[in-house]
Amino acid sequence: MLLNQFLILGAVLFATGVYGVLARRNGVMVLMSIELMLNAVNINLVAFGMQHGVVSGQVFALFVIAVAAAEVGVGLAIVLLLYRNRTSIDVEDFDLMRG
Amino acid sequence: MVAQNIFFGILAAIVAISALRMVTTRNIVHAALYLVAVLAGLGALYVLLTAEFVATTQVLVYIGAVMVLFLFGIMLTKAPLGNVMEMTGRQWPLAAVVAALLGGVTIYSLVDRFGSERLNTDGPIYRTADVSDEVFSTYIVPFEAVSVLLLAALIGAIVLARKD
Repeated sequence: MLLNQFLILGAVLFATGVYGVLARRNGVMVLMSIELMLNAVNINLVAFGMQHGVVSGQVFALFVIAVAAAEVGVGLAIVLLLYRNRTSIDVEDFDLMRG
Repeated sequence: MVAQNIFFGILAAIVAISALRMVTTRNIVHAALYLVAVLAGLGALYVLLTAEFVATTQVLVYIGAVMVLFLFGIMLTKAPLGNVMEMTGRQWPLAAVVAALLGGVTIYSLVDRFGSERLNTDGPIYRTADVSDEVFSTYIVPFEAVSVLLLAALIGAIVLARKD
């Protein structure tokens, strides 16, 4: 197996996640696309950890998973709050900052 | 080695196609199910990389907990379950260009730097015990920080989502 197999898969996943964040209108879908990007990072960490024969890659991947879980919790609470206040989770409706 | 490459090909195809379908499908519940396929495929890839504990955590935390949170989020925000709401904004061609540029540049630099460097499969294999030894010795301070972060996120989410 080549190291690049895993790294390129991670790059493809990350680019897909960026597209999802930029193109999707539903707030929950944006959060799901962010999860995609975080997972792309994880596969790079584990692959590099194996390449260099160190355990740190796996440990960092675990930290990223923990932080991602916290991020989803707070993010979904914010989306719920937006829905309650504006009865919409369409991110294009939230343009209060537009001049 | 051949078997590993075959399994990598199958898993990578599942992950990449599911990810693409996830960001293009018009049904949000289907998107959540495609995300499950992506996460499960990545969990299998972690097993291929001999990271057994990361694979277990991926299944428990992502497929178990995070996906339930997402489904609750979809349910509570009363997202239209069919193709009712236009899920993709008008700016999607621009977003596709940005993503293609980002992915293209990243892949080009990866190929340029790592080329055909083989994955080091002769190194030590770290089992769950080795991972926990490392977490509770070298990375004990970040581990405690993550514990506090999780507590803060929990309390913050409750405070934000409370009714009054």
